[in-house]
Amino acid sequence: MNASFTANHILDIASLSEEDIFYILKLALNLKEILHRPIPKVPTLRGKLVALMFFEASTRTRLSFERAAKSLSADTLSFTARMSSVEKGETLLDTILNLESMGVDLFIIRHAMAGTPHFVAKHSRARVINAGDGFHAHPTQALLDMLTVYQKKKTLSGLKIAIIGDIKHSRVAHSNIVGFRKMGSEVYVAGPATMLPLEREALGARVCYRIETALDQADVVMALRVQKERHGRALLPSVREYAQEFGLNLKRLELAQKDCLLMHPGPVNWGVELAPELQNDPRNVILEQVENGVAVRMALLVALLGGNA
Amino acid sequence: MSLLLQGGRVIDPSQGIDAVLDILIENGQVKALGERLSGQGARKIDCHGLIITPGLIDMHVHLREPGEEWKETIATGTLAAAAGGFTAVACMPNTQPPNDNAEVTRFILKKASQEAFTRVYPIACITKGQKGTQLTEFGDLKRAGAVALSDDGRPVPDAFMMRLALEYAKNFGLPVISHAEELSLSQGGHVNEGLASATLGLKGIPAEGEAIAVFREIMLAKLTDAPVHIAHVSTKVAVEIIRWAKKQGIPVTAETAPHYFTLTEEAALGYNTYAKVNPPLRSAEDREAICQALSDGTIDAIATDHAPHSDLEKFIEFEQAAFGLVGLETALALALRLVNQGLLSLSRAIALLSTNPARILKIAGGSLRVGSPGDVTVIDLEKKWVPRKENLHSQGKNSPFLGWELQGQAVMTIVEGKITFSRM
Ligand SMILES: [Zn+2]
Repeated sequence: MNASFTANHILDIASLSEEDIFYILKLALNLKEILHRPIPKVPTLRGKLVALMFFEASTRTRLSFERAAKSLSADTLSFTARMSSVEKGETLLDTILNLESMGVDLFIIRHAMAGTPHFVAKHSRARVINAGDGFHAHPTQALLDMLTVYQKKKTLSGLKIAIIGDIKHSRVAHSNIVGFRKMGSEVYVAGPATMLPLEREALGARVCYRIETALDQADVVMALRVQKERHGRALLPSVREYAQEFGLNLKRLELAQKDCLLMHPGPVNWGVELAPELQNDPRNVILEQVENGVAVRMALLVALLGGNA
Repeated sequence: MSLLLQGGRVIDPSQGIDAVLDILIENGQVKALGERLSGQGARKIDCHGLIITPGLIDMHVHLREPGEEWKETIATGTLAAAAGGFTAVACMPNTQPPNDNAEVTRFILKKASQEAFTRVYPIACITKGQKGTQLTEFGDLKRAGAVALSDDGRPVPDAFMMRLALEYAKNFGLPVISHAEELSLSQGGHVNEGLASATLGLKGIPAEGEAIAVFREIMLAKLTDAPVHIAHVSTKVAVEIIRWAKKQGIPVTAETAPHYFTLTEEAALGYNTYAKVNPPLRSAEDREAICQALSDGTIDAIATDHAPHSDLEKFIEFEQAAFGLVGLETALALALRLVNQGLLSLSRAIALLSTNPARILKIAGGSLRVGSPGDVTVIDLEKKWVPRKENLHSQGKNSPFLGWELQGQAVMTIVEGKITFSRM
């Protein structure tokens, strides 16, 4: 790999170039092999300090990052707080600058408010990876999704991607729309219209009110996790109705390409977004997404912190 | 003491004057306007190559005093105003405590008489505590010196309450100023719904929410035949409704702010909290419609909605950051930018910044007619300058225009015949 990586932070997919994305995906494919070794650990990032700042609960993403950092021998600090910095009476800036003084080289930030990783990147000397901010972006999830598709389809361009579910409140959808559009694929989004804002067209997505339009001949079908309540208002009459009208099952998947990929960022509400009959379906690549998540996060750590891969 | 401004180009939209004239100010009033005035004993000020206008009036500022003096005070806010060429400001009542009783109005006026660099016209609350449930004592407030009523910062949520306010204000001839926002659509929003909300992943504030609220106020003005003034118009849809209402003869006036005719929602991309303001910066199409409305008379006034905040309120997570930006010191240059772009005549710009706000608020000023208050702004149209945190006089440095190369600046501000700010 001769190409170089130009980004200083991973804040969102929009600020990564196509070359940067391919650089990460290829590096991740190389690093993935480490995870299959008897002792899945290399000294690449020995002496580097990575702070996992999870202001919003997330077991899976945090564990995935932790696994990635440890496989590369980086030291980690873990910070979990459900409270916002303001409620604690300490500003976020103070928290960050304090940790920076302890020698943190890279912050991994999950926060309920959009733009918080950008804010930290602006005010800190350390590198920043966005592990999900509000309803804005989840770039590492999009990269692992792209890696999964790239591995199976050998390309990221000319594909039809269908994303089904709560588009409005999904940073996964946001980053995947931006990412797959950037790589030259079409992205169709469908779901209950109360969760399907027209403004997503500004990102280049095609908004469909019939789930069949999105699924028709799709190469990739991505289901999103559904939450009935948002901001204390029910955007859906019932979960039962969601499953009936928007849930994916064998019959609906027949509309897509025969060799389509069925993806989900997890955790899945089986029986809601996905019918249980899809659990062992050959098109289901959900567990591969999880493994690719660790590989992509390893690649990002190496790309941002250097070291010899 | 008297002042003789010599050889400047006088622009006074109230009299349709655009000519090189001298102007003599004596005993705090315009004494004479004409060619080669003698002005014996007066201090002479050479204004050749400069523009002389009726003092600029900002009908919508937040001075933060009483209660939030770390953001701004009557002294610093009016200093910023004078530096920006304003001779008068009308201050919104969302202070702490809010200006919902005569005691607070009197406090503001007393402070202003001691410390201010401009005239200060208090605007009082429409409802007690701006809670939208009980009218304030309009008569008492007017006697104490309030010139208008507004719950600015929030709308009057209930249409019936707004109707009562418009009706009762007729007894006192007090203008009612509406912060037009449909709360149920805007609540929890941070930026324009559209490009900005989609890109930033933030809840949006739709343009249609403003339009719904503006339409409600216009219908209530029609119902009660009482004038209503719409604050900080930011959208094309609202402009179109106001244009229609004016054609129907409904008594409505409107203002917009420089950021709405200069910037679009793109200024907030990258989570720039200095561009977080309510109403939010809108689309390019909205911006164009606002420019058009300024030139065709649909919008009557340019007001800054000067909203100073400290970096304690701005250097935090975007969703937590306060809404608002400072505008007093950049407003004139931004209005002149439209003049330079050929979108406004100079005379129209001065009408928007001086004559019309005086008319809407029914206050003295906005004119250089003999006998008018000696409130004058001297402007250098050529002067190039760059707003920076260090050279702003406001305590608030939260301007999205820091680092911009601007052209045109007030070089002298005269209030009641006294020079309150000078760069000459
Ligand atoms: Zn307002």
